[in-house]
Formats: sequence, C-alpha cells, structure tokens
Amino acid sequence: MSSHSNDTGKSRRNFLKKLFIGFGALIAAEAAALFLSFVGKSKKEELNAKNAKYLPVGKIEDFQVSSVTPFRAGRFYLVRLADGGFLALSIVCPHLGCSVSWNEKEGDFVCPCHASKFNINGAVLNPPAARPLDTYPVRIENKVVQVSTSEAIKRKSISTIPVVYPES
Amino acid sequence: MNFIYHLHPKRLPKETIRFTHTWGLGGMAALLFVMQVMTGLLLRFKYIPHPANAYDSTLAIQNNVLFGQFIRNIHYWSGTFLLIVVFLHLLRTFFTRAYRPPRHFNWLLGIGLLLSVIFSNFTGYLLPWDQLSYWAITVSTSMLNYFPVGGDWLVEFIRGGKEVGAQTLLTFYTFHTGILPGTIIVLMVYHFWRVRRAGGVVIPRNGDKKTLVDAVPNLLSIEIATGLALIAAILLISILFDAPLLDRANPVASPNPARAPWYFAGIQELEIHFHPFFGVFVIPLLLLSALILIPFYPSDSESSGIWFYSEKGKKLAIMTVIFSVAATFIMILVDDYFIKDALLNIGLPPIISNGLFPFLFVVIIIMLYYFFIRSRFKASKNELLLSLFVLISSSFVVLTLVNIFLRGEAMGLVF
Repeated sequence: MSSHSNDTGKSRRNFLKKLFIGFGALIAAEAAALFLSFVGKSKKEELNAKNAKYLPVGKIEDFQVSSVTPFRAGRFYLVRLADGGFLALSIVCPHLGCSVSWNEKEGDFVCPCHASKFNINGAVLNPPAARPLDTYPVRIENKVVQVSTSEAIKRKSISTIPVVYPES
Repeated sequence: MNFIYHLHPKRLPKETIRFTHTWGLGGMAALLFVMQVMTGLLLRFKYIPHPANAYDSTLAIQNNVLFGQFIRNIHYWSGTFLLIVVFLHLLRTFFTRAYRPPRHFNWLLGIGLLLSVIFSNFTGYLLPWDQLSYWAITVSTSMLNYFPVGGDWLVEFIRGGKEVGAQTLLTFYTFHTGILPGTIIVLMVYHFWRVRRAGGVVIPRNGDKKTLVDAVPNLLSIEIATGLALIAAILLISILFDAPLLDRANPVASPNPARAPWYFAGIQELEIHFHPFFGVFVIPLLLLSALILIPFYPSDSESSGIWFYSEKGKKLAIMTVIFSVAATFIMILVDDYFIKDALLNIGLPPIISNGLFPFLFVVIIIMLYYFFIRSRFKASKNELLLSLFVLISSSFVVLTLVNIFLRGEAMGLVF
C-alpha cells in the first residue's frame, strides 16, 4: 500500500518536473524569438527595397570613352570602356564593404581598408578581395544612360562583364 | 567594512598580497568598469542614438556641456585601459598557470568577460557616428558574410538592414548601454566569487602558505594605493589627450587609409594576408577555441603560481618571442611584396591559393617549431604549451603593430 502511493508520488513528481522543464524551454524559446524579432530588421524595409527602378544618369555623349565617373549618391561608378560600352560598378569593395576609389594615374580601383585592387572591368588585381566588383544593371533609352541601383549583382568570376553598348 | 569582507577573507596568505604577484589587474579592471559606468551614465543624458543627431550630440557634449569633453575623454581612456588591463590579466593568469583546476571554470568566465569587454568597446565605437565609427563597423560587420552558414542573414540581422544605418546604431546603443554592462556585472560577480571559492588567488608551488596577515589594512592599503594611482593616471591622460572624433560619417567615401580600432588592428592585418574565409572565420575561431581549451590541455605537473613555470620555460619564452617577431615580420614583408599576387595568378580559386596555401604554410611553421622545441630542448608538456602560446600571441602583437605603425595610404607598407 505504502509502496504503491510512493510510486504514484514519484511519477507525479516526475511528470511535474518534466512539465516545468517543458514550460521553461517554451518560455526560453519565446523570449529568444522575441529578441530576434526585435534586434533584426523589420519587414517593412524589405518591401520598399523591391521597387527596382532605372534612374537616368546622363546622356551617352556626356561620358568619354575610357572614363570612370563616380556617382557617390548612387554608390556606383559608371565606366565607359575603351570600346564605348557602359558598365556600372558598385563602389562597395566585395571584400569587406569599404568604398573603393578610382586611381586615374594607375588606372585601377583601390580599397583603402585592406589594399585590394581592381581593374577597370572590376576584376581583382590584388587580393584579399576574392571576387570582382559587383555591378548594377544598365540600359540605354533615347540616348540616355540609365542605371538601376536597387540591387547589386554579384559576379563569381570576371568572365561575366555586363557591358551595355549604345546603338550606333 | 562589511562589503570589504564580502570580497576578501579576514586573513589571507602574506605571499599572495605582494603587488607583483598578480599586479592587481583584476581589481584594476573592476575599478575601470565602475568608471565606465559612471561616465557612461553621464554621457547617456546628452547622447542621441540616431544617425541624424549622434554626431551633433557628441559635438554638443564636447562643446556645450561643462566638463563634457573631459567626461568623454575619461570614458574613452578608461575603456582603452580596460581592454589593455584585461589582456594583461589574461597573460598573468596564463603565465602563472592560474587556470588549472580548481580555477579552470573561472578561466572560462574570464574569457566571457574578455569578449564582453571587447564587444562593449566595439559597440561604443559606432556611437559618435564619425568616419572612423562608420567604416570600422561596416568592415567588421561585413566580416560575418564569410561565415559558411547563414553569413548573409547574420550581417543583416546585426545591422538591422542591408547597410549600417539607424537600426544598427540603435542596436549597438542598446547593447553598449544595457545588455553588455549587465552581462559584465553578472559575470564579474561570478568571477570574483569563484576566486573566493578557490581559496583566494593562486599561491606559488613552494610558497609559504602558513604566514597569514589581516586583509585590513594589509591588502586594503595596497588596493587603495593602486586604485588611486590608476584613477590619477586616467585623469591625467584625459586632461592631456582628447578622445578622437573625425568628420561626420560619410557612407559613400571611406577615409584613406581606413583603420580598425587598435585592438582589431591585428585582425585587420590578418585580412590583408588571407582569403577572408580563413582571415575572418577559420583563424579567429581556431584561436578562440585554443584559448578556451587552455585549462584542459594535458599537463605533466601541477605547478600553479610560478611565473613561466620553470627556468627552462622562461628561456624558451624569450627565445620564442624573438623567433616569432622575426618570422612574422619577414612573412608580412614577403607576402606583401611577392607572394600575394603570385598566388592569385596561379589561377586556382582564391580560397585555395590565397587562403588554404598561406594558412597551411603558417600551420607547418608552427608545427615545425613545436617539434623543434620538443626534441632539441626536451620541453615538457607545460613548457610546450607555454611556447606555443608565446609564439602565437607575440605574432599577433607584431601583426597589430605593423598594421598600426607601418601601413599608410591604401594600407600599403610605409617605412
């Protein structure tokens, strides 16, 4: 008789113990989820970022062949290659996010943070950068060059140079 | 008086209260933390954590508040000293082998405190919202991109968006003025309590454990003298040198050269030489794991409390410093001028050519040195651990110094 009541007492205690641990874990998970939702980014911002838009940056003839024009506010360089093609390179170093500057004399982009260098196509000349400069989509309408800066396009290697040529 | 006896036993071994036994570094760290809290609370009355106001409110603190610049300086310099002191505290604990059981758990708490202090300093770095802040945080949060799993998510999570902005500043502010100080207080109390539970600070192997002295006034007077000297030093430096404030943050133009905070300069130098997967992820993670595992390495004799373990240990430590400084310096030069570009041009993926290859090279050098010490000097396990620690930590010091003093425009080497 006594052993029987002991057993139920034990299993009840076990059950309650498990229940408490379960609730404890639940509370911890809720607290963690709450923390994550507060610290991370809010959803609204993501919706805004999706409105991809091409913005005019200038007429074709405004850009000389073999020139690099910085658009600081748009965070890109508009490159006009030697063959007349247009290429929009992100200002952001693909290594760790500093802004690269165009060195006219040497003809390369230089990162001031970890000494990476890139050529006019954005290809890596000097490590530690491990991939070329990101690009932005370019299009030409009515002889006006337009760039969409809503999302930078990553390139794994330099084999893709998204150059846009003006129709002659 | 009661409070003092919470921290200290009534009587304790005379051997342990000698200043040069511990250099009072733990106590200094605690005092510096208190100074941080006091000045930090004052700054918090005037600082506005939003990109539109942060820089101006920092300027206002400096220019329009009585002693505003001075308080900001004290906050800045005691933060800097705190980092130096906790690093030295770690070195003291390591070189006197005070991490052995029963103090092994306190070593882990200490690493927790070290990380909290580093992150406190790091989060505080963003708050003035000047060029230094903005770009240092941009670079260091970008590092998380190279984590093999969930890197992109982690970066956006910490920044609260794609780029460093208003949400990042608010997040960092909350950590800097709430979560991190709270964590430090909890860990610090625990850390102190573990010291008491281990029977006080470590006593040298052959030390005199019998001669006891009263904590008051013997220990207390030393503590007060050390504390006052430290406060005097901080105040003096804060009068002489202003905390830096560069131009307002400009998200489209990094300063050239763009520098990491000094305690991350070693990491920045590492990034120049290794593919980021190794420079950001593999190497720091290995180093942190090694640090955490130190109390659990096999040990051939219990010998807490003796600086450098033995005479041979001392000799090996000196030799290792010389080797490490020379080797690291030469490797930096050779890599900068010859190896880096050559490796890139062999045409393998950069993670192999500029990551794995240099990483293996360094690992091989460390292993060769390890075997050399073991066979040539018949070093014991304790002495080998000591040598490895010295090898890696002094190499890191060289990386830091080269980055701070020898790098100029576009992070090129200048002499």
